[in-house]
Amino acid sequence: MEIPYTVEVRPDTGLNSGKIGIWLFLASEVMLFGALFATYILLRVGAVEWPHGEHYLNIPLATLNTIVLISSSVTMVMAWASLKRDDFGKFRLYQAATVGFGGVFLVVKYFEYSAKFHHGYFPKTNTFLAIYFTMTGLHMLHVMGGMAVNAYLWGPGAKLWKTDPEHFTNRVENSGLFWHFVDLVWIFLFPVLYLL
Amino acid sequence: MSDSHAIDLKKHVRAYILVFVSLMVLTLVTVTVSRFHLPVHQAIAIALIIATVKGSLVACYFMHLISEKKLILWVMGLTVLFFIVLLWIPVATVTDRIGT
Repeated sequence: MEIPYTVEVRPDTGLNSGKIGIWLFLASEVMLFGALFATYILLRVGAVEWPHGEHYLNIPLATLNTIVLISSSVTMVMAWASLKRDDFGKFRLYQAATVGFGGVFLVVKYFEYSAKFHHGYFPKTNTFLAIYFTMTGLHMLHVMGGMAVNAYLWGPGAKLWKTDPEHFTNRVENSGLFWHFVDLVWIFLFPVLYLL
Repeated sequence: MSDSHAIDLKKHVRAYILVFVSLMVLTLVTVTVSRFHLPVHQAIAIALIIATVKGSLVACYFMHLISEKKLILWVMGLTVLFFIVLLWIPVATVTDRIGT
């Protein structure tokens, strides 16, 4: 059975179903991370003292990761724009760069986490580290999920371009929306956990 | 692809690059301001204002919210409202002075 409204617009919503689906999913994601940000506020305002991020965390590494993730958002949107220009070759390049930047983010995070564990800092150590590992850990899972989808669209999923280019472009746009959301969450996590 | 479509895309790409540069500059501003070790309330306000500007740039331009259909704007507007309420609840536990 063919899935309806993957390309053509639904008359009642004015959108294709993939687009409305990804935005509703992102709305639920806002509330998921919102719950954790609310938890952070509750823990912080209730604490007798709260450490400055730099006491435990590596700001230069996190700044590097912020730059990496912002760059990946640009390559992601350029990948989509390349498809809109019918330039599949450039899409491949930009999409590979997006996945690559995601990989760099994870490697940097690996070094960050390793250093914490090496110093004996674990989620059980204190409340600050508990919320730090919970929030960055959940964010990291999102990076991995986004990378998996983007890698699929770069590789085997790209076959759709030959048979239904518009549908494929919509898929890339939707995976891009998720990827930008992951970037957006990091934009708030970075100052909240590292700089304040 | 029509000429007008091509010109429109060129404009989009220019906007993406401009947003990218702005995000980089704002990231450096955030880190630099944190080095001044301002009083906590000021530091939080400045960091959150900059983060909100950065987040808005990503949402408006990379996620195309600026030119998105009204239905999506309503859905996300409602989500942001609930998000703010969610964040306000723990803050209210501190600001509430009833019975004290």
